[in-house]
Amino acid sequence: MDISASPTIADGPVYTHQTVRLDNGLDLECGVHLAPLEIAYCTYGTLSPKRDNAILVCHALTGDQYLAEKNPLTGKPGWWSRMVGPGLPIDTDRYFVICSNVLGGCMGTTGPRSICAETGKAWDSEFPPITMHDIVAAQAKLIDHLGIERLFAVIGGSMGGMQALTWAADFPERVFAVMPIATSPFHSAQNIAFNEVSRQAIFADPDWHNGHYRDFGAIPARGLGVARMMAHITYLSEAALSRKFGRRVRHDAATAVPASSSPSLFGEMFEVESYLRHQGSTFVRRFDANSYLTITRAMDYFDLAAEHDGDLANPFRNSQTRFCVVSFSSDWLFPTSQSRLLVRALNRAGANVSFVEIESDRGHDAFLLDEPDFDRTIRGFINGAAEHAALLEGDC
Amino acid sequence: MRVDQRLIAEMIAPRARVLDVGSGDGTLIDYLYRTRSCDARGIEIDMQNVTQSVAHGLPVMHGDADHDLADYPDDTFDYVVLQRTLQAVERPREVLRQMLRIGRHAIVSFPNFGHWRLRLQLLTTGRMPMTSVWSTPWYSTPNIHPCTIQDFLLLCEEEGYVVQQWLAIDEDGARAPWRRSIRLANLFGEQAMFLLKRAGH
Repeated sequence: MDISASPTIADGPVYTHQTVRLDNGLDLECGVHLAPLEIAYCTYGTLSPKRDNAILVCHALTGDQYLAEKNPLTGKPGWWSRMVGPGLPIDTDRYFVICSNVLGGCMGTTGPRSICAETGKAWDSEFPPITMHDIVAAQAKLIDHLGIERLFAVIGGSMGGMQALTWAADFPERVFAVMPIATSPFHSAQNIAFNEVSRQAIFADPDWHNGHYRDFGAIPARGLGVARMMAHITYLSEAALSRKFGRRVRHDAATAVPASSSPSLFGEMFEVESYLRHQGSTFVRRFDANSYLTITRAMDYFDLAAEHDGDLANPFRNSQTRFCVVSFSSDWLFPTSQSRLLVRALNRAGANVSFVEIESDRGHDAFLLDEPDFDRTIRGFINGAAEHAALLEGDC
Repeated sequence: MRVDQRLIAEMIAPRARVLDVGSGDGTLIDYLYRTRSCDARGIEIDMQNVTQSVAHGLPVMHGDADHDLADYPDDTFDYVVLQRTLQAVERPREVLRQMLRIGRHAIVSFPNFGHWRLRLQLLTTGRMPMTSVWSTPWYSTPNIHPCTIQDFLLLCEEEGYVVQQWLAIDEDGARAPWRRSIRLANLFGEQAMFLLKRAGH
């Protein structure tokens, strides 16, 4: 994998994220006190005078805070810019939208690349283990800092949905509406298994150096790239891959085999192979391997029921929060069955819950793509909740 | 809104907690929320309807009467509504039990299989009757548990439900004049609507 051409995240920040530094830090579930705590975030729209129109959007495993603006690292549009903006389903003319880089991330929030106060060196692989609760607790500190007592809504897909559920469980009085999308109340054995393969790919890279690759001026690009390639398959579906690539073979100068050469096992490259390699090589430019390990582990630990005496209804009992659970029919990473499990638990808890399975053949990634029914669902749920919160009247 | 839905709405007290099982496009729960300030929620089996309802801001979840009522705690709702669906569920008696477990009241409407036109058709043609209310042939009908008004009353008696209110309604859902006699209602009522509660409450 050739990543030598352009600057990567390993070269350190070449731009400044909007960041808040909280010197009091954060007590992690593992017992470590992390201080200072820095949180990088973006906001869109205007906070109402009553401070009651804030929506927190939680990003997925490899997402970041650049929700609806050009990402300074990749130069690409924000990851949900088709959903968040003026007049869009998450309407920044009406709502104050916040998105922060998760704890343990590598886009400005405290994580493995941050300096450990005690040693004066970067944490790298010594960064303490974190959980979804820690990630959300860090977000709550940001919300405190912004002077917001109660969020109007918390919305997130995939790992973002785990955060949204954790908000509802940990801070029920601080969130009026929650939208967990393409997610699950626990990380399944299959998903832990996929994460483990990703991690083993990183560990097997000679440039891994036990996580201290930066001391060697290296990054485990091959391992991290393979991890991303494998994970990317799980975000799609057979139908989506077939439609996009089929069995087509690439015919271009880079992969063409000279007529004179002898037949070769890999002389030709399927388009799907080329696509995955591209996914892998672009990913390692923007993502840190230690962050990947830290955050995937936090996902693996996630199991809301287990933390509440084995009953998933327990964290949501007497909750006044309005829920809208969304799944996608072809998502096999976070299948509808897991959303349904969540919905049943919410019913046992007597919570107000909407539940929609969106028909799509594009797999887990559908929540990031153009799905009109999904757009209508988000818009409708938010507006309906706003009506209940009496946001419509007044001056938001 | 259909006339029979208006009749249902009239049975429901303001600010009540309501679950509409088979909420369709959400008309009834929308009406109950807007005009009666009810906490009205829906369960609907058709995903297009669910999406449309949620897109209108209504709290509706995908599910069905046979499988999704068991999850709710006792007395979660003041009213649980089942419109024109009882004859199509897998286990009508169990569905009624669940409705009156999770709700203090149940409002049930169903097409009456005792209507004279059906009786006459079966008698004269010897074939399964088909009318505008019962409009699908036997081999493809979703209505697997048809019953008459008298059948339903018997079941209520067996199960110990108190019939607080009942009325026969015509095809369009308007109230029919057979209020005094169950026999006449069973003969001339195309549909029936019941407001039930558990005995001893």
